[in-house]
Amino acid sequence: MIPAAFDYVLAGSADEAIALVAEHGDDAKLLAGGMSLLPLMKLRLATPSVLIDVGRLHDLSYVRDGGDHVAIGALTRHRDIETNELLAKECGVLRAVAAQVGDNQVRHRGTIGGSVAHGDPASDLPAALVALDATFVARGASGERTIAASDFFVGFLETALGGDELLTEIRVPKAGANGFNYQKFNRRAQDWAIVGAVAATVGGAKRVALVNMGSTPIRATAVEAALASGASFADAAGHAAEGTEPPTDLNASVEYREHLARVLVRRALEGS
Amino acid sequence: MKVTTTVNGAKQAHDVEPRTLLVQYLREACQLTGTKIGCDTSSCGACTVLYEGESVKSCTMLAAQADGGTITTIEGLAASDGTLHPVQEAFHEHHGLQCGYCTAGMVLAAVGFLQENPTPSEHDVREGLEGNLCRCTGYHNIVKAVLAASEAMQ
Ligand SMILES: Cc1cc2nc3c(=O)[nH]c(=O)nc-3n(C[C@H](O)[C@H](O)[C@H](O)COP(=O)(O)OP(=O)(O)OC[C@H]3O[C@@H](n4cnc5c(N)ncnc54)[C@H](O)[C@@H]3O)c2cc1C
Ligand code: FES
Ligand code: FES
Repeated sequence: MIPAAFDYVLAGSADEAIALVAEHGDDAKLLAGGMSLLPLMKLRLATPSVLIDVGRLHDLSYVRDGGDHVAIGALTRHRDIETNELLAKECGVLRAVAAQVGDNQVRHRGTIGGSVAHGDPASDLPAALVALDATFVARGASGERTIAASDFFVGFLETALGGDELLTEIRVPKAGANGFNYQKFNRRAQDWAIVGAVAATVGGAKRVALVNMGSTPIRATAVEAALASGASFADAAGHAAEGTEPPTDLNASVEYREHLARVLVRRALEGS
Repeated sequence: MKVTTTVNGAKQAHDVEPRTLLVQYLREACQLTGTKIGCDTSSCGACTVLYEGESVKSCTMLAAQADGGTITTIEGLAASDGTLHPVQEAFHEHHGLQCGYCTAGMVLAAVGFLQENPTPSEHDVREGLEGNLCRCTGYHNIVKAVLAASEAMQ
């Protein structure tokens, strides 16, 4: 399967990429690792006429200590997150979740920014970032802005990023080396989660988020509220499906996903 | 567009359309047909090659993305005198293949994996090769071969 024809432009800098997107508008697509975009283009579900390759913007691939947070460049590959020493100390949950994305080959190419910008509720890292209340930095022709995780994921494959914006950085709180767990339930190796549950500890409080339990990654707010009022992990996990609208597909019905959410949240909390 | 690469140590420069996939570039432009296309949908790993020393699925990468880069395919693993790479040797010794269709991708994925994890457990090997499907062997002999190769390479 071959993508429809397009013009390929290699962006030499973030500013150049932003200018190119502004110039070409809706006909253009940014290409990072290509692990989501290229399969869509091969199936001709995406047919951009201009492809702007930001995959070589190495200055956007980093993990840095930002004082009260860790700053991660949008072009940082899953592999580099999975093996990063600073994250091991300051935000171990991201390493553990990145290690569960696809397979080695996918993690060698795919980037955290691409995962986030793609906005797939079945993806692993977006749920972890929602649990952590990450902040996203976007840059466009009119300047830079920050977007809170709670405002970022707006619908299925839909984010708050403007069509002319480049996601440049992701900021996560220093959640520490421990106190987290990720439960990813799938039936085939390298596959997306049928349901996933991530638990993290930030400032002494448990945060829980769900993969594939709605049109966006979501915080399990009912679980967190129950924990805050002193419920046991098992009792709190009983609230995991509240307020969710999981899909029905070949893999699972709504009821089965709700069941999985409760079981996986319990396991994630117990393991955290 | 002109895509220039170093494949198995040799310079390659070819004029290709921007939409050319790396696997097509290797098979058609470079005439290196050892790399196979299995699923063509990023799932099976048959097309795995090493790009800058790391395993990638060449059906899910544009040749343009590899411009200026270094690639290793199955043709580039054995020494020039024909001595097999330890991973190739181990696949041979431990019957890590039957029809052979997945083998080029399996071997390259294993070579890349062993660079990242030179002393893996059996579980590590199974996880490390999760991006590669084999429809024949049932995987056991592949895993045995990779473990044997890791010992041989110590
Ligand atoms: C076989 C396979 C298995 C997979 N399994 C999983 C899995 O289990 N879990 C999981 O979470 N994911 C999985 N993925 C997807 C993978 O995580 C992708 O890497 C990721 O979703 C996209 O990152 P990318 O860098 O490849 O982005 P691309 O594919 O290059 O881009 C994706 C989208 O984001 C946009 N974009 C990219 N970067 C930016 C940016 N900096 N600013 C603005 N827009 C941007 C692009 O325009 C495009 O629309 C899998 C992929 C494959 C091929
Ligand atoms: S042919 Fe590339 S993954 Fe199957
Ligand atoms: S040996 Fe036949 S597919 Fe693996």
